[in-house]
Amino acid sequence: MSLQMEQHEYGTPMQRYWSPYAMNGGTGLAVSGADFAIVASDSRLSEGFSIHSRDAPKTYQLTDTTVLSCAGFHGDILALTKYLEARLQMYEHEHNKKMSTSAIAAMLSTILYYKRFFPYYVYNIIGGIDDEGKGCIYSFDPVGSYERETYRAGGSAGSILQPLLDNQIGFKNQQGVVKTPLTLQKAVQLVKDVFISAAERDIYTGDSLVIRIITKDGVKTETFPLRRD
Amino acid sequence: MEGIMEQPFWANGPKPGSFYDFHAGHSSKTTTVMPVKHTQYPMVTGSSVIGIQFDGGVMIAADKLGSYGSLARYRNCSRILKVNNTTIMGAGGDYADFQFLRDIVEQRVIDEECLDDGFNYTPRSLFSWLTRVLYNRRSRFNPLWNTVLVGGLQDGEPFLGYVDKIGTAYQSPTAASGFGAYIALPMLREAYERNDKMSEDEAKTLLESCLRVLYYRDCRAWNKYDIAIVTHDGSRLEESKTLSTDWSTADMVSGYE
Repeated sequence: MSLQMEQHEYGTPMQRYWSPYAMNGGTGLAVSGADFAIVASDSRLSEGFSIHSRDAPKTYQLTDTTVLSCAGFHGDILALTKYLEARLQMYEHEHNKKMSTSAIAAMLSTILYYKRFFPYYVYNIIGGIDDEGKGCIYSFDPVGSYERETYRAGGSAGSILQPLLDNQIGFKNQQGVVKTPLTLQKAVQLVKDVFISAAERDIYTGDSLVIRIITKDGVKTETFPLRRD
Repeated sequence: MEGIMEQPFWANGPKPGSFYDFHAGHSSKTTTVMPVKHTQYPMVTGSSVIGIQFDGGVMIAADKLGSYGSLARYRNCSRILKVNNTTIMGAGGDYADFQFLRDIVEQRVIDEECLDDGFNYTPRSLFSWLTRVLYNRRSRFNPLWNTVLVGGLQDGEPFLGYVDKIGTAYQSPTAASGFGAYIALPMLREAYERNDKMSEDEAKTLLESCLRVLYYRDCRAWNKYDIAIVTHDGSRLEESKTLSTDWSTADMVSGYE
């Protein structure tokens, strides 16, 4: 036994630790209204205390009425979005129509769960227009658990933004509040405000904000500067 | 007879006439199956690679040191590669893995040339391929221990891409790996934000000054370096040069002995 140990120790070179994952940060946010959905993300790509890029938005337009926001490990994000694009193209060729937002969400869930034991380290939020023309949001965990919601923040500053959205959109912890439906103008302003706040506190969020406004007519993109330090 | 009985009849088996020992609770002498191991550590390594876009082109530079741990083992290793007339690449990290990648890339360029269909690898296509190769290797827990910069002209526009051993990849007008991400990248970004249309000469002077600071501050850097440039006139790997350095302030540093 001791001999075996010695041989083992002798034969083992000093192993340099490496992880198949990195946390590249980034924050995604989606808000839905009666006839619109907004998907927003910052454009910073970081690793540790370094900024790789200030111009790497994490929103991906999947169809004319569906946008995906991804945060987490950028290598997995690239692989996942590339694969999603391929699957969407296959669906279009097979069925001669674009995939609906709810179908994309269901498919993404199975794609994520397929890698349950070596997961894509990606926090996904899908925003789009549903079959009835209403705005819809689907949020996911990295292994495919998902649900439809009306608003969701995810990624590195998700836990900073979500309580603020609960208060401002969900009207949580407010007494005697009139629950007015969210307008597009108010939603866009709110998205800008919360991202400014997130960039103040979260070092992985900043540089610029990309806002994708989805309506039945398609996707409009707006950019907004954030602090760069 | 007794002498023979001291030897196990078969590995961990029962003595003739006795019961099998399931050796519950104590470790077995049978061969332990170890998990598959890969060479998950770099041996001979290159340090930083740096690259920048300029007006009508891209350049990538790296020093020529192949370190063996802290030993400056090989002092004339080129880590920059001219891929074709529009594409260059450079790598840091394990030198053997770089040579492996280089051999594959060079063979692919030859195969592409043999087709003679007028098409060549573009910086973006090579970059896209590299990101998939590195990501696949990390997914099989057997990474190519490199950080690679790909540069060139894509449809006449400058292209510079970065990809590391786990498949994190992005495009950027300035890029630096390793220690250079801390020392050279701020210099490159500052210069690029001041003037994003710098000339080839300005860009070259900038990369040289970055390499000089790296040589002063990075223990794994060297003063001999390579630089590859892509412009509309084609790509070239320039002859290796040696950095001019000034150590006159060195003897003013005291109190750290």
